[in-house]
Amino acid sequence: MSEAVIHANGLGKRYRIGERERYYALRDVLARAFVAPFRRQRQSREQAELWALRDVSLDVRQGEVVGLIGRNGAGKTTLLKILSRITRPTKGFAEIRGHVGSLLEVGTGFHPELTGRENVYLSGAILGMKNSEIARKFDEIVSFASVERFIDTPLKHFSTGMQMRLAFAVAAHLEPEILLVDEVLAVGDLEFQKKCLGKMQDVSRSGRTIVFVSHQMNQIRRLCERVLWIDGGQLRQDGRTAEILANYEAASAGLLESEGRPDVPSAKARFESWEILEPRAEKPNVLDTFGPLVIRFTVRVKQPLKNVHHGIHLYNAERQMLWGMGFDGLQLAPGVQQFVYELPALPLRPGAYSWRASLRDDHELIEDWDCLPELVVATMPLTHRMDEWAGILNIPCNFSVAQREIDECATASDKAI
Amino acid sequence: MSATAENAALAQPPLIRITPPSRWWEMRFGEMWEYRELLYFFVWRDIKVRYKQTAIGAAWAVLQPLLTMIVFTLFFGRLAHIPSEGLPYPIFYYSALLPWMYFSASLQNATNTIVENQRVITKVYFPRMALPLSSVLSGLVDFAISFLMFVAMMIYFGIRPSAAILWLPVFLLLALLTALGVGLWLSALNAIYRDVRYVVPFLVQFWMFASPVAYPSSLVPGKWRWLYGINPMAGVIEGFRWSLAGHGEPPGRLILVSSGVVLLVLLSGVAYFQKMETTIADVV
Repeated sequence: MSEAVIHANGLGKRYRIGERERYYALRDVLARAFVAPFRRQRQSREQAELWALRDVSLDVRQGEVVGLIGRNGAGKTTLLKILSRITRPTKGFAEIRGHVGSLLEVGTGFHPELTGRENVYLSGAILGMKNSEIARKFDEIVSFASVERFIDTPLKHFSTGMQMRLAFAVAAHLEPEILLVDEVLAVGDLEFQKKCLGKMQDVSRSGRTIVFVSHQMNQIRRLCERVLWIDGGQLRQDGRTAEILANYEAASAGLLESEGRPDVPSAKARFESWEILEPRAEKPNVLDTFGPLVIRFTVRVKQPLKNVHHGIHLYNAERQMLWGMGFDGLQLAPGVQQFVYELPALPLRPGAYSWRASLRDDHELIEDWDCLPELVVATMPLTHRMDEWAGILNIPCNFSVAQREIDECATASDKAI
Repeated sequence: MSATAENAALAQPPLIRITPPSRWWEMRFGEMWEYRELLYFFVWRDIKVRYKQTAIGAAWAVLQPLLTMIVFTLFFGRLAHIPSEGLPYPIFYYSALLPWMYFSASLQNATNTIVENQRVITKVYFPRMALPLSSVLSGLVDFAISFLMFVAMMIYFGIRPSAAILWLPVFLLLALLTALGVGLWLSALNAIYRDVRYVVPFLVQFWMFASPVAYPSSLVPGKWRWLYGINPMAGVIEGFRWSLAGHGEPPGRLILVSSGVVLLVLLSGVAYFQKMETTIADVV
């Protein structure tokens, strides 16, 4: 189990900017030569280069399920493309032990004129399945996609949803020793996504190695024990899922912070900041323990306020309101005021949340602040391992099974008969 | 695969080394064999898709050479009185059009194949050579269909083939390798310069007039005829006429020169294609 099946050493990939989008026509080359006959083309090109990946080294052992996270354009797909041999690195090398299957797109190789059946075989072959393997799994694939009735109809007459399902079904039955998956599960309806995730979990339990890109942190949490965080083409962090995701989410929140809020100074008062006083994590917006906590909002008051209403609300990433509280009749003197909340616990699932704090004076709005940075909850997940059964709270619980001495129910039912 | 072989394969998984493209031309042939099933599926797809949603389907494979043969017979034969060396004009032209049509269609399909399969190329790895190779192979089905027509014509004109017909597969292979060699060059170039797509129809047209399709190669002065073999299709077409209709001398020297040229084009094509292959997913 401990042998490295993917070993990358100092991988780098340079693109010339626009190279992927542009194709050369001789006309362009000639036109450029005509416009600037004496400029060496090479020079202008060298200025416009971009290292999509820089000095990435990593080892993935057999049977590991590794999540690959990072912002758009960070180089995740480029890394997958190099590991799956679609493109070659500019620097460094990688060694892969075992058959690699790559899933960078759904429906790779589908042809609209061919029937569903024919496309299953074609796409399967392109993704690296053997003919016999496809034949063996064919019925399973078709019923997974629930397109039995249309399997001999040309694909172009399929609805988009059906095409997607069939494509997923083929992909889900891919079982190479090493599977590289780009964010393909983001498409498709929710129920089908779950089906695919379940299938992927089965695959990972059978000892295969998976490297998996996703922007959905819940998917990563569910599937991966280890996460690689790619940032600006470099491997920024590599480690256990909970830890890396907390750092990643904290950094994403920090990113928002630097963008700041619109600077509309209220004449009367404004919120300056918020922080978690107790317990102190490395960052004041990260909560990484269970138990009591103290939160403080800082307000700069510019003129005396006699009849203030203050409220806070807590939202999750989907903008669902989770908790709200309000206080009336506050009197605030000019200066820096601190609102302190003491809570026995904040049992939320790990993830990003946000506060919204408001101030009103005699029912007139002074400020409604979407607090930045976001609140990042980085505690251990203590919920059902299936997302759809996990809910929104993260509550520690003990569970035990004990047998009762006398089986009352059984005797009761015996009497009834 | 037996159970023991499977276990052996699991115990010793292949080690793949991914490195930057080398400065030298790399020749990788063994890989193509590994991916033979995929090649088969590409050929199968090309054949399946070619005549989808057409009214007369594979009849096109016969109609194209047949109509061309009729036009040639009328204009080059009856009107221009081009010598056919004792062969009936329909046989004379059709026996040349058989390899020519195969060659020109294969070449054009091969040229476009990389661009047409752009999406697959940027999403999955396989030896890219499978694509032009499959274009050239799938053309053989059309060839077989149009060949049946030729058999019918031979019966109609009462021409009995000689033992020379045993050489036919050799000439067909030569046509295939010519289409592949040139196709490798053009498909790789087309991936970078889309101009190639527009050049190819002209190229094919010029090439036809430079080949003995509409006339016999005996029009070329005997002293220079072996040089004519530098155009490999000249060797192929003369070979076809000789082996099918049994006309004239066996074109030995012509074929020898043609084979040499084909080998050169093919090897350079493979080398150039594999050089391009390392960056093809980035530029296509």
